Amino acid sequence: MNKKPMGSRLAQILIVLFGISFFTFGLTYLSPGDPAEIMLTECGNVPTPELLAQTRAELGLDKPFLVQYGRWLKGALTGDMGQSYSFKIPVVEKLAKCFWPTLELAAASLVIMLVVSVPLGVLSAVYQNKWIDYAVRGLTFLGVSIPSFWVGLILLRVFGVNLRWVSVSGGSTDWRSLILPALTLAASMSAKYTRQVRTAVLGELRQDYVTGARMRGLRERQILWFHVLPNAMLPLVTLLGLSLGSLLGGTAVVEIIYNWPGLGSMAVKAISCRDYPLVQGYVLWVALLYMGINLLVDLSYKRLDPRLKEGL
Amino acid sequence: MNVFQFLRSHKQFTLFLALALLVVGVAIFAPVLAPMDPLEAHMSDSLHAPDSRYLCGADKLGRDVLSRVIYGTRTSLTMTLCLVAVIFVAGTMLGVLAGYFGGIVDGVIMRVADMMISFPGLVLAIAIAGLLGPNMVNAVIAISAVSWTKYARLARSMVLKIKGNLYIEAAVVTGTRTLDILTRYVVPNLITTMVVTAATDIGTMMLEIAGLSFLCFGAQAPTPEWGLMLNEGRTYLAKSPWLMVYPGIAIVIVVVVFNLLGDSIRDILDPGQEA
Repeated sequence: MNKKPMGSRLAQILIVLFGISFFTFGLTYLSPGDPAEIMLTECGNVPTPELLAQTRAELGLDKPFLVQYGRWLKGALTGDMGQSYSFKIPVVEKLAKCFWPTLELAAASLVIMLVVSVPLGVLSAVYQNKWIDYAVRGLTFLGVSIPSFWVGLILLRVFGVNLRWVSVSGGSTDWRSLILPALTLAASMSAKYTRQVRTAVLGELRQDYVTGARMRGLRERQILWFHVLPNAMLPLVTLLGLSLGSLLGGTAVVEIIYNWPGLGSMAVKAISCRDYPLVQGYVLWVALLYMGINLLVDLSYKRLDPRLKEGL
Repeated sequence: MNVFQFLRSHKQFTLFLALALLVVGVAIFAPVLAPMDPLEAHMSDSLHAPDSRYLCGADKLGRDVLSRVIYGTRTSLTMTLCLVAVIFVAGTMLGVLAGYFGGIVDGVIMRVADMMISFPGLVLAIAIAGLLGPNMVNAVIAISAVSWTKYARLARSMVLKIKGNLYIEAAVVTGTRTLDILTRYVVPNLITTMVVTAATDIGTMMLEIAGLSFLCFGAQAPTPEWGLMLNEGRTYLAKSPWLMVYPGIAIVIVVVVFNLLGDSIRDILDPGQEA
């Protein structure tokens, strides 16, 4: 929990954004391969040295590293992150286009995850060391050990090939093609969250107020839903924020499997084609989103837990 | 207590250790166990279905899937163990330095760690691996770069606690060399927790490495690697499901074994700590 004042939080975010952008810019600068050459050979002909030099000058690739970075930073501050090499449209436009499918997928998978993991976690905590607890723990153990890309492939094989419920080739973003990727993402997250819910509920059940409520003669169900659960959910809010933050970065693996046109599959394509402006813009955008959501979570935390508002 | 007594009194640990050693054995003796050469192509047997000759079928180039899965144990284990070793050593060292010396060392190391944490790890790992050029070494570097922070933070917080003890003060007063203080008094006191963390991380790290390879940012063809094999099998999802079934089963088995081993190591060394 971060107790620093708002101003310094914002300053910290700016510093991290600066650091991250400098780091990735350095990486693209140092990495092998000449973007000008890649761009030109993509058109199918072997570029002449003159054409190469001209393209390099156009892209500013002949300038020293710091000058290039300065130019990019100046553009980024005014909302212009340059032109994508491979898609031939402005980076900002491409990012905006890929963001919605990713947001849709993230929201759907978080909903599924919550619907699965909260009841399972509560059940397993309430019936600690009974068969239901062992079953849930076994399931979560399997869940964290199975790679999501394998789950994805199997779901695709069963529902796409055997049952023909969805199209295997993907590419569309209607709700039918949303189900499988969302399920795949939710599967691995549910395992982790069920464990967290279980631990949190177990921790709350040991508290004195539960004993107090029992002594007052409240029914177990009432204690569980109105006293234990709201308290146990608090630490989960932080985790949810972190998950949402990383989901919005696009989940490359799942998006690639289902050919989902989101940020993750875009990033993988951009990196493979060495589309540096797009990679830059993507990294910066994800960092901004992730930190913005964390900030919101911290703020909401203060509202959800009045103890924190009074300061220490 | 001798080794046998220890093993007998920790039956669960012994079982999982035996299973893990079995996996290591498969990796070491891959040439003996594998029925065929994992790289040798038989174009006439392209996408051959599983039968008595190809127990797990053959891939597009007619290579035996079973042999590739067996050899894949080598690739995956080597990469994972290298990765865990790197983040364990680098993370612990940086954390100890930051915690013990404080000041500007602490400031620099922990600010870099903060930066890595305020960012989704896999995104950065993909960017690093992709931009450095996809191969196995760079995949290990990429995941190390985003995973060491956990170890550094843990080690640092423990050093801060250890530093307050009288025996450290005594060592400083009696003029012990700083290096000796660190290696004799500080590190031994935190190494258990660090080992537990590393042991429970092996499974997760194996999944991340396989994930990068699946995205073609790790091992490159024709290396037999499970993540990469799954990616190759993706194209033939409808026609040849065996290409994606067996490497997947291999990953799950090995990750389950190492997760179980990690958990039982944690139970023995650090009974209070439960994830």
